[in-house]
Amino acid sequence: MERHIQAPINKEEAAVLRAGDYVYISGTIYTARDAAHKRMYETLAQGGELPLEMENNVIYYMGPSPAREGRPIGSAGPTTASRMDKYAPDLLDLGLIGMIGKGKRSQAVKEAIVRNGAVYFAAVGGAGALLSKSITKSEVIAYDDLGTEAIRKLEVKDFPVIVVIDSEGTDLYETVMSK
Amino acid sequence: MRMVDVADVTRNIKEMCIEANHFLAEDMDEAMRHALQEEKAPLGKQILCQLQDNLKIAGEDMIPICQDTGMAVIFMEIGQDVHFTGGSLEEAVNEGVRQGYVEGYLRKSVVGDPLIRENTKDNTPAVIHYEMVAGDSVKITVAPKGFGSENMSRVFMLKPADGIEGVKNAILTAVKDAGPNACPPMVVGVGIGGTFEKCALMAKKALTRPVNEHSEIPYVKELEEELLLKINDTGIGPGGLGGTTTALAVNINTYPTHIAGLPVAVNICCHVNRHAVRLL
Repeated sequence: MERHIQAPINKEEAAVLRAGDYVYISGTIYTARDAAHKRMYETLAQGGELPLEMENNVIYYMGPSPAREGRPIGSAGPTTASRMDKYAPDLLDLGLIGMIGKGKRSQAVKEAIVRNGAVYFAAVGGAGALLSKSITKSEVIAYDDLGTEAIRKLEVKDFPVIVVIDSEGTDLYETVMSK
Repeated sequence: MRMVDVADVTRNIKEMCIEANHFLAEDMDEAMRHALQEEKAPLGKQILCQLQDNLKIAGEDMIPICQDTGMAVIFMEIGQDVHFTGGSLEEAVNEGVRQGYVEGYLRKSVVGDPLIRENTKDNTPAVIHYEMVAGDSVKITVAPKGFGSENMSRVFMLKPADGIEGVKNAILTAVKDAGPNACPPMVVGVGIGGTFEKCALMAKKALTRPVNEHSEIPYVKELEEELLLKINDTGIGPGGLGGTTTALAVNINTYPTHIAGLPVAVNICCHVNRHAVRLL
């Protein structure tokens, strides 16, 4: 099913999404990948404050290539989500509603998705040039020293994703392989 | 003896890094168009369509095909009658990578130490493989490798008794484990034989062979064809979201090995499978 959704996303909106739905996201999302997750995880362990609110927000696992002059961002496709599996359950328990990446997730992440009524989306891996066209604005809001791995606030318009794991824990990748 | 100025090496590698990250090689371009025609699943077709749009935008707007512009893997096949002048060859290669990645708006994805993990900020050093060959020319292959697929690659130290069935199982296991992580449709590079490191290098080099060319060894060609069918039967499909196009090609290289061993390496690559080749 094709749907249009506005980010941040609340739990009621997330609950209607089903594995296999083709979704266009508009609104505000945030980027974070390996190094930013490690830093957020360490911050939480030390009792510190995260640089962004998790509640109802969507994190895009992405580190862009540099933007040419006059453009908001360079190539901007998803990175492999499983590398964030160690960190994702804690963020989901803090209210993170959505993750955009590519590839399989661990059992612990699936359980945290179901526990919190969240959702895991995939964007098409290796379509970074195309996906960059749905990003209208990009601003580094934390961890600038991490370069491409810094946390960015993105404004997106009809950013195309597919629901892979829905809030009930149905996993599209598994459905596909068991056919 | 032929003199080759290392400045020519730098200039060519710079251009090739930019070229390989914005334009598919001809063989890959053809394979991707063919895949779109052949794909049976509607969602799979839609993904392949998006990838065609992506390639068009990449080339027209000079935005890298993928944000992971890779670690630069470079094969230098050097004629033994060549003499390099003007400085260190290794520095010239790295300078080409540096200029390509900095001036070409490519992502800097290399950390200087695997555990300390500070970004080198210019994507150097490259991984360089030198090979001495007959003649007086220099063949440069630039194959920037993304790590979504690199992370899913494997080496299997099989036993001789495992035989050809063992080899097939190893390749299928690696592909199934990779699934959606490796950005399918993928290209599967395989090295069979040699030693631990030799089979891995053969698998990497197999990825640079045009996807429309088979091995010259008849039974290896058959193995490539059979495995491609089996891989496309897994249902993984474009983006791992289901379909009949999971791989575009299986390229296998072989080498003599020890009486006690059967090493098999499977180097998986995404649908970009960057490679640019030039002859100096």
